[in-house]
Amino acid sequence: MRHSRLIAAAFVATLFTVPTFAQGGPIEQRQALMKLNGRDAKAGGDMLKGAAPFNAAKAKAIFISMNDVANKYGALFPANSKTGFETEAAPAIWEKPAEFKAAVAKFQADTSAAMKIDVSTQAAFGQQFGKVTANCKSCHESFRIKKD
Amino acid sequence: MKALTRLFIAILLAGGAALLLTRPKPLEATAIAPDSSGVSARGERIFWAGGCASCHAATKAKGADRLKLGGGAPLETPFGTFHAPNISPHIDGLGGWTLAEFANAMQRGIGKSGRHLYPAFPYTSYANMTPGDIADLYAWLKSLPPVAGKASENQLSFPYNIRLGIGAWKLAFAGTPGPIAPLPANASEAVRRGQYLVEGPGHCGQCHTPRTQNGAGKLDTTKWLAGAANPDGKGRIPNITPAALKWTAPEIADYLATGFTPEYDSVGGTMVEVQENMAKLPLEDRAAIAAYLKAIPAVTSGK
Repeated sequence: MRHSRLIAAAFVATLFTVPTFAQGGPIEQRQALMKLNGRDAKAGGDMLKGAAPFNAAKAKAIFISMNDVANKYGALFPANSKTGFETEAAPAIWEKPAEFKAAVAKFQADTSAAMKIDVSTQAAFGQQFGKVTANCKSCHESFRIKKD
Repeated sequence: MKALTRLFIAILLAGGAALLLTRPKPLEATAIAPDSSGVSARGERIFWAGGCASCHAATKAKGADRLKLGGGAPLETPFGTFHAPNISPHIDGLGGWTLAEFANAMQRGIGKSGRHLYPAFPYTSYANMTPGDIADLYAWLKSLPPVAGKASENQLSFPYNIRLGIGAWKLAFAGTPGPIAPLPANASEAVRRGQYLVEGPGHCGQCHTPRTQNGAGKLDTTKWLAGAANPDGKGRIPNITPAALKWTAPEIADYLATGFTPEYDSVGGTMVEVQENMAKLPLEDRAAIAAYLKAIPAVTSGK
């Protein structure tokens, strides 16, 4: 009786740990980071469009958060992470590693520069936001393939 | 013997008929605007709507380099690799071309020498453009910087490398120009303008609509803009009918201006070039495209 309870407990533990482990894989990690980027871009865009009030502290925090993503992102594309989890990563990431590396480095440099610049006015923030988010499409042009 | 002669004559007749049917059919003179009637300043708008720079400027050209149209990136398809030619005003490009020759290339897929052009050049969409817009575009292209050099020849696999085959393709698939999506009789002027931009110069259907014959035939207009296999072989081009595209009209227009979806995902792939061209159009053109996309029939799948 006691033994079977132990087995059940172990089974339940497996149920919970397996998905947790999967979420920790590189594909899901990079997907989560990209979602953070999207959240930050939306927060910035809303402030610039007037959909949300401009907040200087929030403006700065956006670039700090994006820079953090930029620094973690490039390492999450090991050779065994080309497929699965509905990844939209393009084969070009592994076929043209130097170009991909350069694209990540540019995102790191642009977010790092934006972090250090005074963005306490909406205009100053808008200028940096434009530079930083130009990385989204320049990278997605070559390195992402939409499933639908 | 008599039977053999008859067969021989039959073959000759069939061959002759095939040649006759597949020969290039130029525009009527009345379908071409008068010489020198084009206004280059008006042509710039058509140029961006038509996306000319995406194939005819150098790969990933930015800024002023997008106006140097010496021929562009190779277009890799299941049929082989196409190279968009030089269309700058240099003699290696459009230098020696008349407006009538240009109009026939744009709307009938006939080159200067009278040969058929491959439909990788989207003349089946450009056929829907007005003669006035063709003349304005011609004037604009003639005003751009001349670039020397001819583009590489296409590298196509058999049987796609036989140009006569394009005549047969046109006969079977090019169809007649005219409005494609059925619109309500009371559709607004913006919706009609959007229809012209999307179905004509914008040639959106060339990627967003599936083709018959496993991708080699005509656009399947029953699945107009309902999404298709990506012509470069990876992923899919999305369905942009109201069945799948749920954004509001202002959100669609905003996406074409900024490259951001309402959720701040960004444009990607070959759409990046398209979006950057669309961003150069006047606001009312992007609003018209959005209005049209909200007005067309919802089609659930392009598969």
